[in-house]
Amino acid sequence: MSNLKKKADSPLERLGNGLFKENPTFVLMLGMCPTLAVTTSAMNGLGMGLATTAVLMMSNLIISLLRRVIPNRVRIPAFIVIIATFVTVVQFLMEAYLPDINKALGIYIPLIVVNCIILGRAEAYAYSNPPIPSFFDGLGMGLGFSFALTCIGAVRELLGAGKVFDYNIMPASYVPINIFVLAPGAFFVLAALTALQNYIRIRLRKAGKKDKADKIQSGCNEDCMNCSDKGCSKRFYDNSKKTEAKDAMNGAKRRRAALARAEGEKVSSKEAEKEGSESFADKNAEEKEGEKE
Amino acid sequence: MTDVKDLLILLISSSLVSNVVLSQFLGLCPFLGVSKKVKTASGMGLAVIFVITLASAVAGLIYKFLLVPLGIEYLQTIVFILVIAALVQFVEMFLKKNSPALYQALGVYLPLITTNCAVLGVALTNVQKEYGILKGIVNGFATAVGFTIAIIILAGIREKTAYNDVPESFKGMPMVLLTAGLMAIAFCGFSGLL
Repeated sequence: MSNLKKKADSPLERLGNGLFKENPTFVLMLGMCPTLAVTTSAMNGLGMGLATTAVLMMSNLIISLLRRVIPNRVRIPAFIVIIATFVTVVQFLMEAYLPDINKALGIYIPLIVVNCIILGRAEAYAYSNPPIPSFFDGLGMGLGFSFALTCIGAVRELLGAGKVFDYNIMPASYVPINIFVLAPGAFFVLAALTALQNYIRIRLRKAGKKDKADKIQSGCNEDCMNCSDKGCSKRFYDNSKKTEAKDAMNGAKRRRAALARAEGEKVSSKEAEKEGSESFADKNAEEKEGEKE
Repeated sequence: MTDVKDLLILLISSSLVSNVVLSQFLGLCPFLGVSKKVKTASGMGLAVIFVITLASAVAGLIYKFLLVPLGIEYLQTIVFILVIAALVQFVEMFLKKNSPALYQALGVYLPLITTNCAVLGVALTNVQKEYGILKGIVNGFATAVGFTIAIIILAGIREKTAYNDVPESFKGMPMVLLTAGLMAIAFCGFSGLL
């Protein structure tokens, strides 16, 4: 995501970026909860995608307009309030004009608030870019999301009910694989999708296109320490607090040991902590203590 | 006595029959992310039980005594998300100060829960289904227990299958998703329970 600022962000470039280059579902694997939950049919997927698009466009626009007003420290709560406002607006609009889809999507409409795509775009793009590109960034990302949801919905509907958008596609002799419109089917379809993604990434890496391969991500491991995605919305919750919590957990004993350690060692141990898992870092520190004694 | 029976049925249906992760797809991120080891999975599960139960109580109280009297039910989404975010922060600070032992057990997982959509999902479901406060708390607790059961089972399976020889493309997330899919099939069996 670091290459965003180099180019002049024309609206068209933003649209293409959201639809293809950084497609939130197929490439970045963001916002998986609604992706799995609502794609029982192509129509539901499309409805959810467009609802998200509307929220994404408007929240990006407003956040971009307010980017000089919102203080850096309280930006996340401010984003959430703005996003939640638009989600509420969209929810009531859908209740009024599209009651059927609203009923089918149910609780997942208000849950657009916690969709990481929206907060992610606000943080990664809208907060540091002018309004018009931000608006089109939201539109592009939203359309990319809608496109992905519609595709997944269509596949599940085709396999699970033999229809796409309620049109019968399969011959009458086709026996629908019911499980694909039920909950387990969602997991299977997503598993196939991630496997395909991995396959493409492995191929790209073998072909020597490492930067292209690195762009493809397979979901969040909640491992912000080693995560390369700077646009991730969760990053800003975790990073500082995780280390804080870690400090508290490691207790006074380790802190004393760290204080006693020489400055150079300190740096190296910090690096080790960043790279290794918690237990690994613990072991490392203990070993060092042992060496000292 | 019918009340107790109702609550029991709610407890079973929210935790097993319509399991929050495996049939409603809420809280999928921690479910897939923090399920590498049984130990961390159970820590996450405990933190989720704690926060969801508390959040559904607080959200229920705010809805009944603040939003309904003022006639601003339409603000529920905004109010709930802010309340939950603030609540998690507050719980974290409170635990750090007053119960370091519990903080050590839950600490790392607490900030992750703010972004867990299951918390907001439960608060909104409680309102949508007009559960009221007591039923809401029971529903929240049961949902969180369902989450904990699912994440611990998944972590157990992942520990067992970690070193299996699978095709390269299927390594990592795809295998986890397939496992989750098979678990979802198994949990479908619970629908005959009620």
